Amino acid sequence: MTDMTEITGRYLAQIDAAADLDALEGVRLAALGKQGEIALLLKTLGKMTAEERATAGPAINGAREAVANAITAKKAALETATINAQLATETLDMTLPPPPRAAGSIHPVSQVMDELSEIFADLGFSVADGPEIEDDWHNFTALNIPETHPARAMHDTFYFAEKDSQGRDMLLRTHTSPVQIRAMVAQGAPIRIIAPGRTYRSDSDATHTPMFHQVEGLVIDKGIHMGHLKWTLETFLSAYFERDDITLRMRPSYFPFTEPSAEVDVGYKQEKGRRVIGGSGDDAGHGWMEVLGSGMVHPKVIAAAGLDPDEWQGFAFGCGIDRLAMLKYGMDDLRAFFDGDLRWMKHYGFNALQMPTLSGGISA
Amino acid sequence: MKFTFNWLKTHLDTDASLSEITEKLTAIGLELEGIENPADAIRPFRVAQILEAGPHPNADKLQLLKVADGSAEPWQVVCGAPNARAGLKGVFAPPGTYVPGLDFTLKAAKIRDVESFGMMCAEDELGIGESHDGIIELPDDAPVGQSYADYAGLDDPVIEVSVTPDRADCMGVRGIARDLAAAGMGTLRPLAEVYGMVSLTPIVGDGSLPNIAIADHEGCPAFFAQNITGVTNGAAPNWMAKRLTAIGQNPISMLVDITNYVSVDLGRPLHVYDRAKLTGTLTARKAAAGEEVLALNGKTYALTDTMTVIADAAQVHDIGGVMGGEHSGVAETTTDVLIECAYFDPASIARTGQALQLTSDARQRFERGVDPAFLDDGLAIATHLVLTHCGGVASDVRREGVAPVEQPTFAYDPALCASQGGIEVPADEQRRILNALGFTATADWQVTPPTWRRDVLFVQDIVGDIVRMVGLDKLPSAPLPRVPGVAKPTATPIQLIERKARRAAAACGLNEAVNWSFLPQKDAEAFGGGDWSLANPISEDLKVMRPSLLAGLLSAAKRNRSRGAQSIRLFEIGRRYFKSADGSSDERLTLGIVLTGEKTPRDWQAGKSTNFTPFDIKGDVMAICDAIGLDAAKLMTLGDAGEHFHPGQSATLRQGPQKVVAAFGALHPVTAKAFGLKGAVMAAEIYLDAVPAKRTASPIRAAYAPPSLQSVTRDFAFVVDASLAAGDLLRAVAGADKANIVAARLFDRFTGEGVGQGKQSLAIEITLQPTEKSYTDDDLAAISAKVVAAAAKLGGELRA
Repeated sequence: MTDMTEITGRYLAQIDAAADLDALEGVRLAALGKQGEIALLLKTLGKMTAEERATAGPAINGAREAVANAITAKKAALETATINAQLATETLDMTLPPPPRAAGSIHPVSQVMDELSEIFADLGFSVADGPEIEDDWHNFTALNIPETHPARAMHDTFYFAEKDSQGRDMLLRTHTSPVQIRAMVAQGAPIRIIAPGRTYRSDSDATHTPMFHQVEGLVIDKGIHMGHLKWTLETFLSAYFERDDITLRMRPSYFPFTEPSAEVDVGYKQEKGRRVIGGSGDDAGHGWMEVLGSGMVHPKVIAAAGLDPDEWQGFAFGCGIDRLAMLKYGMDDLRAFFDGDLRWMKHYGFNALQMPTLSGGISA
Repeated sequence: MKFTFNWLKTHLDTDASLSEITEKLTAIGLELEGIENPADAIRPFRVAQILEAGPHPNADKLQLLKVADGSAEPWQVVCGAPNARAGLKGVFAPPGTYVPGLDFTLKAAKIRDVESFGMMCAEDELGIGESHDGIIELPDDAPVGQSYADYAGLDDPVIEVSVTPDRADCMGVRGIARDLAAAGMGTLRPLAEVYGMVSLTPIVGDGSLPNIAIADHEGCPAFFAQNITGVTNGAAPNWMAKRLTAIGQNPISMLVDITNYVSVDLGRPLHVYDRAKLTGTLTARKAAAGEEVLALNGKTYALTDTMTVIADAAQVHDIGGVMGGEHSGVAETTTDVLIECAYFDPASIARTGQALQLTSDARQRFERGVDPAFLDDGLAIATHLVLTHCGGVASDVRREGVAPVEQPTFAYDPALCASQGGIEVPADEQRRILNALGFTATADWQVTPPTWRRDVLFVQDIVGDIVRMVGLDKLPSAPLPRVPGVAKPTATPIQLIERKARRAAAACGLNEAVNWSFLPQKDAEAFGGGDWSLANPISEDLKVMRPSLLAGLLSAAKRNRSRGAQSIRLFEIGRRYFKSADGSSDERLTLGIVLTGEKTPRDWQAGKSTNFTPFDIKGDVMAICDAIGLDAAKLMTLGDAGEHFHPGQSATLRQGPQKVVAAFGALHPVTAKAFGLKGAVMAAEIYLDAVPAKRTASPIRAAYAPPSLQSVTRDFAFVVDASLAAGDLLRAVAGADKANIVAARLFDRFTGEGVGQGKQSLAIEITLQPTEKSYTDDDLAAISAKVVAAAAKLGGELRA
């Protein structure tokens, strides 16, 4: 009778001692290979009597199973050790920088225009557009600014030598208000639009650039009055500045294209040398700052756009976009808006994914 | 418009404080521009008397004074003024006083070894005048020790308001007072009382009449005048000189000051002629072309035949309503005068003023429209002032022509105040306000504005006045009616294209600039020249409307380079400006890109820094095209990008052979040099206006299920002529078997040894997608044969 315990113990010791997968395979062949010691013993079972087999069968099979299991376990251990040794040679300094990527940016003026579109879309305003090279009828005459009107002189207009086919002087629009006329002519009434865009005046100093951006707002409908204007401006400015304490002060003023007309101041607080919008300008440490011109659209303007001023009335307002951007985001130099300085853009610009949305917030 | 608080109170009987008045001014549309009390700067200055004046021991030109200023002991003062003498009363500043005219604070000091405490002052030192002819001399009855500001009546705040162009009436103090009275700030005093007159009836003279006429009734509808003979033109009375000085007008002489005062006080410009210098009839007529006049500002103006002038038989004396002439102006020696009180057509005045680029107090008032019913009253007040202060004998008033005094009458409805102005104001209160402003309103609300309110032309103007007087602070907010439900999208197709293009460009790592729409001429010419040039540019650098966005971007790139930027990726979205056939503006929305400097900096992995290649900008352009709904892979890559590009390294992307949607490539080195840029510069323009707007389609996509069979790839390398465009080969291969080939990608290009002179090897990987059953070897062989045949049509040979 073969001593299975001795055979099992011998192979288990050899398995344990195997230093690598090749040695382990040698042990496996010696024990379980075709001519392996345990494999040959298994073959002897067939020639045994039933009685002999009843005793030897479990012993030989037990040895085979013990050795096979030990080989499997040892193989896994050796493989783990191998891969660990391999990985140990592959260590990287993970503090090293990744390949550089270029980060782009959106100009604050574009961002603010998107913000305005989003806010006013919720109030039912669409965005209208018109040419920047205008004729003097759209820019002045239709807006109740006749040729000799003193207000025309206040506009510091850039002119071209050319006239259009109707003999009208061509100029760079001094405000976005001509879009009012074009939109009313094209769409009729009722209408709710904003019209952001480039505007031009022959003026250049620390706080004025010859090109700047304005946004125009226009509502023409039935029964629209100054109270609707005030609510719209309050609602717009609260949404834009994302503050509940926006306080407006309306002052009577004069624009040829509105009557009654009002300039609109917004209260601010002086904080660390900066103006922070919010609160009443009459409160301690506060002041008023002019941000908007507005009024009820003049009947002559409504008529010039081909609508009946006895049937339709409404309001219009205009506001500097660059200034809105400065007030919200804290730039203090208008000229930098048009300088294309990459350092400024990286500081004040916006990421492509910072889309103003009502759900995510206008300031994204 | 400036005036003083006390001046205002000559018209306005009020108990209101200064701050109440100034707040109300802003609230009623007369925006407060500034308020300044000249007394604030000179409070410590006192009336003082020189008790003794003796020689300075060490200086011939200095004196040693003992000065009493009401303090216990007299001050010892060293003084260099030649008029300093014992007994003189003047103005003294004790040590510690800040002297505004000299901008320093006085200290006790030794002057030539003698101690001096404070100083006796000249006018300029107080900042109240320009005289430095010596120290101020006050009358003997000036009380020693009194604050000089109080003594001189300088404690009178100067108020400045901005008067909007519609309000001619508020170009006079009285108009402002009337507005304040209507707003509840007091009562308006009768005008005659203000001027100490019994009534405003014209002053009846000696029966003679001035020699005047009107030839230009259009430009000068009314010309009233009165002669005064035997006047003495001295200095203006103290109260008048003080008020004029306070608002920054130098007193000149009684006659001139009277006209200036009435102009500011009543918004009524006048002109006074020295009759000794007139010849024949003084006529309001059109100027003859080429006529000239030397105006009171010392400049000579060449006139045209559209301008109205006042001229006598010999020459032009006055640019009517704009500025008087030097020749017939009054002087100290003037004895006989003619006072002109005319009405000039506002539009004509505006045109003349604009043409001559001449502004004046008179023009400001006439072009807004003075009160056409105030000619008699204005003349009566002027004549009254002249007779009172200069003496003389008046002629009768001569009135030529008629001013347009008619005012429209409006059928006003008090409900308009709420329906347009948004404020409920009781009808009685509306009536009170209108009456206080000088309107008449009948019981059934037929409302007529006063003659001085030429700006009231629509009922809306009446609403405006009432709202203004009630106060916009009383205006309640009213929500705009809202369409039920979620707000509808409002952006137009081109707006969506612009937004997507902008975000896509930024996502490509580009930085958005906003550049001037106008360029220097030479920059525009580098891009073919501009269609529009400003006639009155602010500078030559901002003159021609840009035909390309690249000029501005290149200039910005240069500025960044000069500031040390290594890697410059800029874009802009804006318009290019062209001219349509009918002369109107053709503005084309465009996206411009400039890449220059390092694409990647030197790097621990990649090694040396790399520069941009034309394929980098092609990648950006295609990514943006994809974002705005152009399938970039389907666009044709053709030539003719423009002369500002490198001829061999640039291309256009087109929808079909004609329609160019983008141009890109390496910038022509000559263009780059013109903008001061060295090294490789890549540029592109995407013509957003040429991008077709996507039709609003149903959001439902075409049905799709991922293929159940796996796709397979096959590689081919073809040797073709080096001049063959790789894109053409790729397109041919991709189209060789459209049922099976779903993609073709060029992955290698090789020239040189083994390929042959004038040849190139292009390697293409095709992706095949079986649909119903896997490919057999025969299937694959058939497809390969089609690919090889397609390449062969372009001269391609399969590489062994």
